[in-house]
Amino acid sequence: MSEGFKVEIVNPEKSFLVKDDVSEVVVPAFEGEMGILKDHISIISFLKPGIIKILSKSGDENYYVEDGIVEFKNNNLSILTSTIFNLADMDKSKQQDLLKQAEEEANKTDINDQSKYLADQKVEVLKTLN
Amino acid sequence: MASLDDLKKRIASVKSTQKITKAMKMVAAAKLRRAQESAEKGRPYSEKMNNVILNLSNGISDKENAPKLLSGTGQEKTHLCVVMTSDRGLCGGFNSNIIKKAKSYFAKILNEGKELKIITVGSKGNDQLKRVYGDKIIENISFKESKNANYFDADKVGKMVIEKFEAGEFDVCTIFYNQFKNVITQIPQAQQIIPLNNEGEENSSEESYEFEPDEDEILSNLLPKNISTQIFKAMLENSASEQGSRMSAMDNATRNAGEMVDKLTIEYNRSRQAAITKELIEIISGAESL
Repeated sequence: MSEGFKVEIVNPEKSFLVKDDVSEVVVPAFEGEMGILKDHISIISFLKPGIIKILSKSGDENYYVEDGIVEFKNNNLSILTSTIFNLADMDKSKQQDLLKQAEEEANKTDINDQSKYLADQKVEVLKTLN
Repeated sequence: MASLDDLKKRIASVKSTQKITKAMKMVAAAKLRRAQESAEKGRPYSEKMNNVILNLSNGISDKENAPKLLSGTGQEKTHLCVVMTSDRGLCGGFNSNIIKKAKSYFAKILNEGKELKIITVGSKGNDQLKRVYGDKIIENISFKESKNANYFDADKVGKMVIEKFEAGEFDVCTIFYNQFKNVITQIPQAQQIIPLNNEGEENSSEESYEFEPDEDEILSNLLPKNISTQIFKAMLENSASEQGSRMSAMDNATRNAGEMVDKLTIEYNRSRQAAITKELIEIISGAESL
């Protein structure tokens, strides 16, 4: 038996990432960051904007997500998300674009509290990246 | 019998038509590969989504208060049908197949005395439906500008459907699209998305999950997303089907044009020979009479 577990990230267009030697994944769950190790209990939760950290033997990876659902079961972690970026591929201008979009969204007045909260979160996360 | 000149012109025109259909076939084949790839890549997402929802709905303790998107409004008086077709023609039976399927469903609904509302996605469907069901069409969406099916567009349709549902405008929602099987076979599908139809899928595990936050909150977040996902899946399948259908239609057209050119060429040669023979006879009989 290997030490790690399998993680799969899918977005609507394709299967974004599959890795099966992961030792730990930290996801920005709705009620706070959540670290998932091997043999975690089965869980379903959804994500708020934030950073997914994937720790494995072959190196650590960081991804920025805006929303999504995580499901963990039998040492299989599935993350479904519509917006995801690898931080390694993200340059300053891309970050600025996203930040600008998020700020515009956060400054809208005609949105409800929940989307306002999510937009604020986005701004906050993107700011810490800079 | 047509004159030699006419025949020549016809052969030329059929040949140029053949060139067009051949080019279209090639373009469709190239696009098909891409569309098929993205349809296949998109499948895991919608399957996973379905799985999660299935697990969730099994785990839900309080069935009575389940979100309406899952359990329905409790009645089924008004049906909303989302008919998804293409924006371009010349793709064989692609659009007519969806329309045929949709029309038989419409007839069933109306026979049962229920109310019918239609949203058409893609202009071809609208063209075909507006003559008979023009008063039932409440919305017509077309994504002519976007080159490939993308999630953003699907989300727009999904949000609109949910808005209408929450406003109580309908009870049951069904989407119509073509499922891509292979280049020659596309199967028109009617899929009910509201309320969610989980019948016949009892294979989920008994294992219980931990939820964070609780089931209801996750479900109410997840269900709207699922609507968009299902619509997106339909769009992907549709675009692959459209290209496949166009490819085989254009292939047939090219072949038919080839046959026609052959036939016309034979006719042309025959009449040319007939004309020569006739001239010879005239000359010979002219010479004999001298």
